[in-house]
Amino acid sequence: MFLAHVSSLQASIFSLLAIFSLLLAFVMLGSHWLKNYVYAFAAESWLIAALSAAVAYFGGYTELYVIAILTAVFRGLVLPYLLMRIVQRLNVRREIHAVLQPSSSLVVGALLVMFAFVIANHMNFQTSTAGEVVILALTIMLSMKLLGFLMLAVRDEAVSQILGLLVLENGIFLGSQILVPGMPMLIEIVILFDLLIIVACFGMLIRYLLVHAGTTSSRQLNRLVG
Amino acid sequence: MAQHLMLSLFLAPLAAGVLSLIVRRPRASEYLTVLAALIDLVASILLLHVALQRRLTFWHHYILLDNLGAWVILCVSIVYTLASIYAVGYMRLLHEDERLPLFYALFSGFAFTMLGACVMNNVGVFWIAIELTTLISTFLVGFEREAESTEAAWKYIVVVSAGISLALLGTVLFYWGGSYVLGPSYAMTWDALHGSASQVYPPLLTVSFLLVLVGYGTKAGLAPMHTWLPDAHSESPAPVSAMLSGALLNASMLGIARFLGVVNGTSVSRFAHSAVVGFGIFSFVLATLFIVRQTGIKRLMAYSSVEHIGVQALGLGFGGALGVAGALYHMLNHSLNKSLMFFGAGNAMRAYQTKEIPMIRNVLRVSPVTGTLWLLGAVGIAGAPPFALFLSEFTILRAGIAGRYRWAAIAFVIFLIVVFISFLSHFRNMYFVAGPETEIRRMPGVLWRAIPMWLAFLPLLVLGLWWPRGLWNAFMQIYAGLMGGTP
Repeated sequence: MFLAHVSSLQASIFSLLAIFSLLLAFVMLGSHWLKNYVYAFAAESWLIAALSAAVAYFGGYTELYVIAILTAVFRGLVLPYLLMRIVQRLNVRREIHAVLQPSSSLVVGALLVMFAFVIANHMNFQTSTAGEVVILALTIMLSMKLLGFLMLAVRDEAVSQILGLLVLENGIFLGSQILVPGMPMLIEIVILFDLLIIVACFGMLIRYLLVHAGTTSSRQLNRLVG
Repeated sequence: MAQHLMLSLFLAPLAAGVLSLIVRRPRASEYLTVLAALIDLVASILLLHVALQRRLTFWHHYILLDNLGAWVILCVSIVYTLASIYAVGYMRLLHEDERLPLFYALFSGFAFTMLGACVMNNVGVFWIAIELTTLISTFLVGFEREAESTEAAWKYIVVVSAGISLALLGTVLFYWGGSYVLGPSYAMTWDALHGSASQVYPPLLTVSFLLVLVGYGTKAGLAPMHTWLPDAHSESPAPVSAMLSGALLNASMLGIARFLGVVNGTSVSRFAHSAVVGFGIFSFVLATLFIVRQTGIKRLMAYSSVEHIGVQALGLGFGGALGVAGALYHMLNHSLNKSLMFFGAGNAMRAYQTKEIPMIRNVLRVSPVTGTLWLLGAVGIAGAPPFALFLSEFTILRAGIAGRYRWAAIAFVIFLIVVFISFLSHFRNMYFVAGPETEIRRMPGVLWRAIPMWLAFLPLLVLGLWWPRGLWNAFMQIYAGLMGGTP
């Protein structure tokens, strides 16, 4: 096991990167502006890429370098670029009708992180440094998942919903780099491309929405009920 | 032999899809799709025969042909065949000939990804295959380009992608748990996961299983994660609704069944079964309540799908030879019956130009033959004999009464009666209540729409009267492979 021999310096580096990406998820949660969401997402992806590189360096998993580059290029550059183009073309700058104000969603987000910590604490069975890193990784994995769901639930704009989905997957990415760095790489590459397809789909769907429903806010999607 | 069959199973829809795009002739793409579907049907029957003899893996163990997968492949191929025949008659009514090649390309692609999911031996690749089905079918759901279908497509992709990402998290956690037993790097096959599951720390296994259950449950339409389903099923063209309901839900149930197999024999096995039963009964009850007060004809069918997926979950959750056999039999019967129902609903929708049940009256006068088939199908899907769903539901009920979940079995019976009354009362209104005289259009292509209804109806009747011995033996084999029990 890679985590079993982790030194305290390595543990601190991993923890620092993971915690900063969690903070960026909160930046997304606490902002009105769509542009800020995209920047925060890009920064988060770069941190995850750095984390992959760190795990690759300390754990000796050379294939993780490739994943780090792919993450940085796709999730750090291509996806944010596409999203920014969508934001500009749609001419929506900010989230207007959010169900929860940013301040209250920050509070809810904090509660969700605590919940994630409780679950993570139950799932861990190791002590020592390895156990601490495991708990941290699980907490951040689960809490980014929950924060992503929160963003999906309280935001209306199509772009914010896409970003919510991407945060969901970022959480898994981050956690799996620390917990299972040896997981066969095939999957990770395909997921990267998968994401690209998702964004292409979404771009098209947003265009559809604009043409047919006249708005990109999902608040207007209320014809189908019952 | 088996290799060639597998190749033809996958090459046929792939070739049909690509050729439709290249040829760009609406008529040619219709016939190509039907041809591919027929090839798949034959291949899937032969593959089931092969898989019952032995379990095969191909291509460095990435592809697995086992009896459970072959069974789901058969269900998917049957729906693909029926729906592609029906689509010929139905899609011509939409007057969108120039977009038809694209439709059929996506249609075959959708079938291809679902079939692919059934043979994936690597748990991660299985997840990718399921995710690909979502990507392709989104465009089929939004094909009609109305505001409603766009809304349905959007909800579909957001809800399902969010849900299925939970399954990915669960898969990663399963892998992580296994890595303490099998080492940091191993091939994540179903067997490997099952082999290591008993030594994984139980709370970790519990959380992983729940995440996977909720994730694939979203895709399978288990309540309360079903919210995308009524919209997507009611707004897509009728053949696509049949594919979503009859084939896609089965492919996702396959994931749940396989993960139940993975945790089987471990300390969380009991909890896993209870969770599946819980989701099953909740879906069943919730869908029943929505069926009672439904006014949209296709939404009625969609909630009926939630109900029947709940029944399948109940069968798997009750476990035992009877429960698993009932669930598998139910899968086939539901595929046949729900295709029949969606075809009938599509006919009614086109004839009356509405989706509202109160506007559909005197069906028998308008279409005596297909109308009768639709009515008989409704009797069947409400769970009455002599149709096949009665047999499978009865088997699942027996499994429930005999097992630990008697309370669920009792609730199941009560709500079965509610479903029966409310479903058939909707049909009574459509058939025997006098309504406004409406001018009904004559529509071309009746034969294309009637044949698949007959093809779905006759096996339903036969399977309802006679449960073939060979099928029962096949189910016992699948049960032994999945749950490790002896019949």
